[in-house]
Amino acid sequence: MSHAVTADSHGHAHDAHDHGPQGILKYIWSTDHKIIAMQYMFTGMIMALIGGFMAYVFRMQLAFPGQSVPGFGVVSPGEYNSLVTNHGSIMIFWVAMPVLIAAFGNYLIPLMTGADDMVFPRINRLSYQIFLISAILIIASLFVSGGGFGGAWTAYPPLSSMSEYSLTKLGSSMWLLAVALEFVAFLLGGINFIVTLMNARAPGMKAYDIPIVCWMIVIASILFMLSVGPLIAGAVMLLFDQMIGTGFFDPTRGGDPVLWQHLFWFFGHPEVYVVLLPAIGIVIEIIATFARKQLFGYKIILYTAIVTGILSFFVWAHHQFIAGIDPRMANVFTVTTLLISVPIAEMMFVTVATLYGGSIRFTTPMLWALAFVAEFLIGGVTGIFLGASGSDIYLHDTYFVLAHFHYTFFPIAIIGTFAGFTYWFPKMFGKMMNETLGKIHFWGTIISFNFIFIPLFFLGIGGQHRRIYNYENFPDLIAGQPLRVVATVAMLAMLAFQVVFFINLFSSLKSGKKAGNNPWKANTLEWTTTSPPPHGNWPQDEMPKVYRGPYEYSHPDRDEDYWPQNLPS
Amino acid sequence: MSTSSATIDTPARPAPTPPRQLLPNGVMGMAIFIFTEVMLFAGLVSAHEIVRSQSIGEMWPPYGQPRLSLGETAINTAALLLSGFVLYLANRIFKQDKAKAVAPTLVALLLGIFFVGAQGAEWVALLGDGLTMTSSTYGAFFYTIVGTHGLHALSAILALGWAWSRLRTGKLTATEFTTVQVFWYFVVLVWPFLYLQVYL
Repeated sequence: MSHAVTADSHGHAHDAHDHGPQGILKYIWSTDHKIIAMQYMFTGMIMALIGGFMAYVFRMQLAFPGQSVPGFGVVSPGEYNSLVTNHGSIMIFWVAMPVLIAAFGNYLIPLMTGADDMVFPRINRLSYQIFLISAILIIASLFVSGGGFGGAWTAYPPLSSMSEYSLTKLGSSMWLLAVALEFVAFLLGGINFIVTLMNARAPGMKAYDIPIVCWMIVIASILFMLSVGPLIAGAVMLLFDQMIGTGFFDPTRGGDPVLWQHLFWFFGHPEVYVVLLPAIGIVIEIIATFARKQLFGYKIILYTAIVTGILSFFVWAHHQFIAGIDPRMANVFTVTTLLISVPIAEMMFVTVATLYGGSIRFTTPMLWALAFVAEFLIGGVTGIFLGASGSDIYLHDTYFVLAHFHYTFFPIAIIGTFAGFTYWFPKMFGKMMNETLGKIHFWGTIISFNFIFIPLFFLGIGGQHRRIYNYENFPDLIAGQPLRVVATVAMLAMLAFQVVFFINLFSSLKSGKKAGNNPWKANTLEWTTTSPPPHGNWPQDEMPKVYRGPYEYSHPDRDEDYWPQNLPS
Repeated sequence: MSTSSATIDTPARPAPTPPRQLLPNGVMGMAIFIFTEVMLFAGLVSAHEIVRSQSIGEMWPPYGQPRLSLGETAINTAALLLSGFVLYLANRIFKQDKAKAVAPTLVALLLGIFFVGAQGAEWVALLGDGLTMTSSTYGAFFYTIVGTHGLHALSAILALGWAWSRLRTGKLTATEFTTVQVFWYFVVLVWPFLYLQVYL
């Protein structure tokens, strides 16, 4: 499908780096940022299907325990644990990260800042190749003897460190190695994003002329860079515990299991913002374009993103309120956690303020963007109860937590991605997507999403613990079974609606309406080149120059309601 | 733009110029990578500090474990610090005359190789004294932290060796040399902290 991009690039002379191998190898070994972005995008989509299938299997087990699941068979407790664990790991590390940061970052940063490619194209390619190996490794870990790792995506020791407990000696180590490799891939990608944004911008593009989504991806990359080190340290220690038997996290030998939790969550919480910020960036681009109005508070968004980033390093222990940490520490982390909702709320208000008084166009990407604001709000508000240590002690490890973070991660990883994908699809492939199918897909997904997770809030408040394989064994909890069935049926509906998306995707690729350079009448630089852009993004003598900010919509001095950044007047 | 009065006042902008580059691409990329590395070592060191503070009877090294050879490692430390200084001098000479920088760069490289070799010899001695990865968390932390640094030192030696061979043939650019140096200085400067943390 992305061959269209490759084939098109043959026609344009861009001799700076066009000497690679030909044919299919040219695609695999390409250093073009757009092709690498597509590789990340479609790998992420395939991994999303795998992760979605896992969710289907274990939700069927929860709704109809012990019965054979069509397409899988009877789920054993070990398989259940492994499915839940790998669903979480895959959706965060192999779907949200590669699509939101790597795919959109790779595609958008050079195009939106007027660069011909990333500054380190070969490192970029290496980044994808390492990522692909990590993806293959995590899938392979499900099929080794003993099965895939089943100790939850947080991998708390001693369950993760001692194979006597986990019973997945190979699976645990492969899971850990895959995660570590994936981090290396994003490390390389992140260096590229930051340096490209700092050094390779178009002439005239000042700091406040950079589109918000580029800032967001770069701030997210910086957060990732600064937070991942301790987790890699922890991963090495955990790997030694698993393979050599060092006892870093084994209290009987002088180690400390809570130490892992600190190392993990020191990364794990900034990680939430690593994926959230790019999604908010995408949403802000779309809302400004389709509200046909200048973005409200460009600098506010940028500064709040930076403040969010800084605060995100001081909230991690709110995941550990019941891990036996000092209550005084719990107080501190409660305060920082409640504080971090302030800058995020500010960003939400900015989107609403941008909509106010605009002439809103309800295209499919705009619907996704608005849904992001609405659904993420529910995720954010329910987070308050978990950030406050008092209520968290009751709600910890219940389905309330699960519903809360799905209300944050689903808007980020799925709604944000669909928003961005449908918005930039015309640029990526030169074709328009079908709006009717897009809207059917949108409403089907959003409605069924709420039917999955709202019941889980009630189950969680009712005290339903997470990580239980079969609730029939718990007489106190079996009363919630009808709600579990509702959630599972809604999930089946949501999966069915994804078929609409793929029909739309393939039919639009094949016979969609020609898009033209700027179908949405947007201002940013990527819309000034052809769709899809040639290798090198612009012909070499027509590299864009920038004369104004990216959100000059409905400027009173102009007849047209948009004012591209590259026009001198 | 400024002619119409009742509209948004857009100040006139100067003609577009390329962005000012704070650092060359390679150096900036390496500097960002170093931040990640600093956090990696910070993670290891803080983990070490936590486990050490919880040791039974505050006894560190634990009962029956050998003390690390403070004195011999001091010599290695001096050699490594010296290599950083020599490389700094090599860079100053490089700016005047590229050909003259070949010899001091080689000296820095050899000092680095001496450091890794001497550390290896020390490991062999410690293994003989019964300090292993599994003998205690003390040993596990020692080999993990010092080993992580050792791997970085080996990578730095490979990078500087590559730079040196290009310097000999006159192909090394200033940006490449600076990039390699940034990594070398990181390996040199992080070591005293690890030395004080792990050995004392």
